[in-house]
Amino acid sequence: MLDYDVVVIGGGPAGLAAAIEAKKNGIDHILVIERERELGGILQQCIHNGFGLHVFKEELTGPEYAERFIIELRELGIEYKLDTMVLNITKDKDLTAINAIDGLMYIRAKAIILSMGCRERTRGAINIPGSRSAGIFTAGTAQRFVNMEGYMVGKKVVILGSGDIGLIMARRMTLEGAEVIAVVELMPYSGGLTRNIVQCLDDFNIPLLLSHTVIDIKGKDRLEGITIAKTAENRKPIVGTERYIECDTLLLSVGLIPENELSKGAEVELNEVTGGPVVNESMETSIGGIFACGNVVHVHDLVDWVTEESRRAGKSAAKYVKNQLSSGCVGLNTKPERGIRYIVPQRVRLNNVEDTLNLYMRVDNIYHNTNIVVKADGKLIKKIKKIHLTPGEMETVTLPIHDLKEQQIREITVEIQKEGGINYGN
Amino acid sequence: MYDVAIIGAGIIGSNIARELSKYNLRIILLEKENDVANGTTKANSAIVHAGYDAKPGTLKGKLNALGNRMYENLCKELEVPFKRIGSLVIAFNEEEMKIIKDLYEKGKINGVPDMEILNKEKLQHLEPNLNDDVVGGLYAPTGGIVGPFELAIALAENAVDNGVELQINSEVKDIQKLEEGYQLFTEKGEIKAKYVINAAGLFADSIHNMVSPPTFEIIPNRGQYNLLDKNSGKHVNTVIFQCPTSYGKGVVVLPTVHGNLLVGPSAEAVDRKDALESSMEGLSFIKEKAQKTVESIRFNDVITSFAGLRAKTSSGDFIIEESKEAKGFINVAAIDSPGLSSAPAIAEYVVNLLKGIAGEFEKNINFNPKRRPVVHFIELPDEEKAKLIEKDPRYGRIICRCENITEGEIVDIIKRNAGATTVDGVKRRARPGSGRCQGGFCSPRVMEILARELNVDITEIVKDGKNSYILTGSTKKTKVQLQEA
Repeated sequence: MLDYDVVVIGGGPAGLAAAIEAKKNGIDHILVIERERELGGILQQCIHNGFGLHVFKEELTGPEYAERFIIELRELGIEYKLDTMVLNITKDKDLTAINAIDGLMYIRAKAIILSMGCRERTRGAINIPGSRSAGIFTAGTAQRFVNMEGYMVGKKVVILGSGDIGLIMARRMTLEGAEVIAVVELMPYSGGLTRNIVQCLDDFNIPLLLSHTVIDIKGKDRLEGITIAKTAENRKPIVGTERYIECDTLLLSVGLIPENELSKGAEVELNEVTGGPVVNESMETSIGGIFACGNVVHVHDLVDWVTEESRRAGKSAAKYVKNQLSSGCVGLNTKPERGIRYIVPQRVRLNNVEDTLNLYMRVDNIYHNTNIVVKADGKLIKKIKKIHLTPGEMETVTLPIHDLKEQQIREITVEIQKEGGINYGN
Repeated sequence: MYDVAIIGAGIIGSNIARELSKYNLRIILLEKENDVANGTTKANSAIVHAGYDAKPGTLKGKLNALGNRMYENLCKELEVPFKRIGSLVIAFNEEEMKIIKDLYEKGKINGVPDMEILNKEKLQHLEPNLNDDVVGGLYAPTGGIVGPFELAIALAENAVDNGVELQINSEVKDIQKLEEGYQLFTEKGEIKAKYVINAAGLFADSIHNMVSPPTFEIIPNRGQYNLLDKNSGKHVNTVIFQCPTSYGKGVVVLPTVHGNLLVGPSAEAVDRKDALESSMEGLSFIKEKAQKTVESIRFNDVITSFAGLRAKTSSGDFIIEESKEAKGFINVAAIDSPGLSSAPAIAEYVVNLLKGIAGEFEKNINFNPKRRPVVHFIELPDEEKAKLIEKDPRYGRIICRCENITEGEIVDIIKRNAGATTVDGVKRRARPGSGRCQGGFCSPRVMEILARELNVDITEIVKDGKNSYILTGSTKKTKVQLQEA
């Protein structure tokens, strides 16, 4: 049996930041477990720039961003194991893990930080009918082949889904000499960041076909073509709008799903909307001493926010180990209302919040000229004017906690209200 | 000169090959695809039917219940997943209850043991998630589920272990009758054999037509399926049918041997023997029908859809006989449902048929019914996991994180007889890529292992069929790389 104060599962941006922060807050026995052969997680294949604008005030590539944390982790002497898989964790914070060098390991932790990230939704999950030919990749898998393994995955490409990875891959495939015929998006708006639409599509004259989807896939062995169609408001294809596109590759960027198989084993409560653990202000899950951060909690748009959130998780885990995290105090719940899909954290114990409480959320549609309205036990406490809101970009609401504490608030709700009235919508 | 040439290495051809390897015969098993079990065997309902459906007196009626009884022993010998979880046929009204009684009677004649007609209460006790409008049903405890391609692959492997020659990528283009036996012209050259067994599945008619005027036609009939995540795998406990109609046994809801939920199939006449694509209509159809059985199936849990083709013929029964025009040429054709269930009995039947033609064969005293033990790492107790990693560190490296499959297991199934050479071949044997991420994370690693073990360039690794290439070449070289080169 190996004993650690804090075990961090996953050595991507979330796990690295959490481990470093735990160490800086006085915890010495930390172990980071990474299943890949290198630290850094998905950042290692994100060779484009745009990372770190908030955390480092400069533009870095994914590997550069990861490298800063990896160097710091090493300098701090934090132990990590690569090519190591956690097979299960229990709610008592016992872990079983394996790798080729140490064999099977039993590990006991005082605190666990879940930072396993997310996986991509697949063709099967969205049930696109047609042939099961080669040449259909999730955008992230294609990105790995191109950026890490050094192989191209196709020559004539259509991308379904305008999430950020899809947009980034449209540019990447073009730069590598492939023809990207179109990016097809089911929704009437893109799920990606505006800057990515401009820099990855517009700059390369790649059309973005909104309200379109792929309805058929043709090709016996390798993909030969796809059929796309316009979609109606109910997202169903419109008969008569079908169009066949000859291509050898279809990349899918159709959503990310937090990977919580281990969390389930530890009986951690999951939120249906985010797919991640329900967490409190300290990024602690429903199981005391098990923390979670990064894309395993909810899918982030910017890694900078992952870092910020994970530092909080690391610091809280350190406090937990040192018995400094108050658990019994009065708390409040957050609740998404009209126009808001989810809010993280879902629970708040005000005693653990220092000055301000940050709420992270995503809206459910595109909104123009609206207000984000925050209420405490039904009473308006904040109204933030927004010219443009999109589901692709995470919104943050910062609240001073002094008043909340004073008034013993039990519930904070957030909703979207149209400017000047109670109407909402787009 | 071979004694026997078997055309087609699906569940039938592989089973016959293995059955014949119990005798001192020179046998060749020919497969046109680049892997065994790559036709109808890889896409079907994976059910071992109890045997009450078939018309008594037909080959199906004779061989289904018989084959079913052989499954336990066969799957134990070959370490193939098989579970006798029982099957139900449910009725929604009194009219359908008449069909249930009819099935019960047919089952008795066909030799199906221990059947029981259940009332609503007993039915719901067995299957709490059934819709409330069921009125009763037939329970057959001998119904089961199996890994169909795992079984065919294991049979082919064990056949090769026992001396059968397997030749993949060998489509038979023509056959000529010789003075004694036949000459087969394949993609890979010519082969002579005294006897030929035609187990060519969907293409059995074209193969037979090479030696005889047409006597039967194989009509492809498509079935589409949805496979659901293991989260949904415990939603039902048994194989649940609705009452059969003239279209067949209808849409079934069942758990798979690996703990997923399987829903399907549709039954559609198609005009091509490679019409393996799914369609929006077909998938909606199975969803709608399945919800008639169990409304609460979570279709959000679908991880993949697929389609398979049944090899039907107009008579409706199996065709297992020596060709009237070609002596020593045995057709094993039109093996649609319950072909998988009957396969072990069909193999025995064919061997006896062959003995009837050729006389008794000398026994192969070295026949070993078992193959090299198969490791399922994640299912081992911890002590054995630890020991195995110590012995071979490759078992300490998880490649497929959804199904927890190790590098050791992947290398093992590549190195076996009738081993994997493709990404889907690895998936069918050891399951990496069959979980919820569908190979998103592990396919680059699986390709790397395949390339290394087969000693080929990674760009030569295909997904499944011969031309299903995955990579189209290298990325552009950097200045440094160009200078170095």
